[in-house]
Amino acid sequence: MEYSEKVMEHFARPHNVGKIEDADGVGEVGNAKCGDIMKMYIKVDDGIITDVKFNTYGCASAIATSSMATDMIKGKPVSEALKLTNKAVVEALDGLPAVKIHCSVLAEEAIKAAVKDYYDKNGIEYDKELFKEDSCHYEHHHDA
Amino acid sequence: MKVYADNAATTKLSEKALAAMMPYLTETFGNASSLYDIGQQAHHGVQFARQTVAEVIGADTNEVYFTSGGSEADNWAIKGVAEVMAKKGKKHLITSAFEHHAVLHTMQKLEKDGFEVTYLPVYENGIVKVEDVKNAIREDTALVTIMYANNEIGTIQPIAEIGKVCHEKGVIFHTDAVQAVGHLPINVKEQNIDMLSMSGHKFHGPKGIGALYMRKGIRIPNLIEGGAQEAGKRAGTEAVYAMVGMATALKDANDNLESNMKKMSALRDRLIDGLLKIDSSRLNGDRNCRLPGNVNISFEGVEGESLLLYLDLQGVSASSGSACTSGSLDPSHVLLAIGLPHEVAHGSLRLSLCEANTEEEIDYIIECVPPIIERLRSMSPLWERIQKERGNA
Ligand SMILES: Cc1ncc(COP(=O)(O)O)c(C=O)c1O
Ligand code: FES
Repeated sequence: MEYSEKVMEHFARPHNVGKIEDADGVGEVGNAKCGDIMKMYIKVDDGIITDVKFNTYGCASAIATSSMATDMIKGKPVSEALKLTNKAVVEALDGLPAVKIHCSVLAEEAIKAAVKDYYDKNGIEYDKELFKEDSCHYEHHHDA
Repeated sequence: MKVYADNAATTKLSEKALAAMMPYLTETFGNASSLYDIGQQAHHGVQFARQTVAEVIGADTNEVYFTSGGSEADNWAIKGVAEVMAKKGKKHLITSAFEHHAVLHTMQKLEKDGFEVTYLPVYENGIVKVEDVKNAIREDTALVTIMYANNEIGTIQPIAEIGKVCHEKGVIFHTDAVQAVGHLPINVKEQNIDMLSMSGHKFHGPKGIGALYMRKGIRIPNLIEGGAQEAGKRAGTEAVYAMVGMATALKDANDNLESNMKKMSALRDRLIDGLLKIDSSRLNGDRNCRLPGNVNISFEGVEGESLLLYLDLQGVSASSGSACTSGSLDPSHVLLAIGLPHEVAHGSLRLSLCEANTEEEIDYIIECVPPIIERLRSMSPLWERIQKERGNA
């Protein structure tokens, strides 16, 4: 197993690490038993994600995908952030080892969870289909 | 600074071993079965190697069979005894819960073939109880196999006592001594060991060579049919350079055994004491009954792969029992076997030393680890939760 230079860069010096105390949305996914938890904080202004921070407990690829994913949604409209796929994050990192793909799924789900929290808190209507309990990618981490 | 602290994974080939190997890779290239001079010289190399290995573990020369390494020796011993004993209606095997996968996966294969396997507990200290072995032995027990020292947490098992119990009950006793040979004093006769596996690359020998000791009188099926090598039990032209390299490294390790053990235990204890100063850390495995070079510590709230990769960025090579490092989905079965919760097992760090490590290197590790732990904890939602639960947030 080998990490790309991009992954190592984002792992060695991750961007957007931290918390936002007065966040507009917070999402947490993963669990300690599996060895990974990702927590995302977003600040939204006029439908635009003006700031985003993360806290991650997990492997190098979990930290690198958190860093890359937060970079990719910063300054973007919320609706666009929702479209971010783990595949796009993996590509931006020049790939991940196959056994590490689930860590990138976690990043996608953490962003979705933060946006959902923002929608819920602000009474914004949304298509429930977008947030289906879709953690099956993740669950197989458990028992595969 | 570069510090290699993963000697349980593999060790650096010693200069002495390399020098002893070179002639067999160059001028003395003959086949050890050939009758002319360079063949005979190669044959002498094989003899020297077998005799040396036998002497170090207190065996007779014709009780040592070379293999490709520890995994092969484990597989051969266990499957071989199982096959022979099954014919006598004995289809029960006893092992421990925290063996190396070379043993555990062999056991799982035999279970599929209809054998029954008892996995003895190793308790919080990582040590098998002799009493448990005694109680587990039945009329139909074919083999007891318990590792000499664990590869992850370094705990040393009561081998001589286990062997005694086995012999009292007439059961064959095998031990995977891959982590112990060259690091601890071993005498197969005094310690009631019937079969023992070893591997060259764990004591500064080359990779791809190991040996199985098998007491005279024990018969198992041949591993490879063909020529007369290894008494016809494992055919194939000998890798003389590898055998000689392993034997030379082993002899060197054995000649310096006491001073190496003393030096390494002092380094180990310094490292353990230094790292346990970190908040919410724990030593895994018995503190005293452990390999002179083994340190295994868990840090709550951090994940092991990140920890070891940050250490790598600082030049320190280590390993971890987290699920993320194994590429599998669960943390190390060894850490689970000693009762660690999953999340604590994920935060484990193994540092395994050799006699070439220095105090400066140990102090460098002790200096490197705390800021990494702090950094990982500062971004860990798990650590945040732990702190909240403890009322520290
Ligand atoms: C306890 C134990 N048994 C068996 C092995 C396998 O040895 P080898 O790599 O020589 O096949 C190892 C080393 O990885 C080990 O630590
Ligand atoms: S967090 Fe466990 S493999 Fe990535």
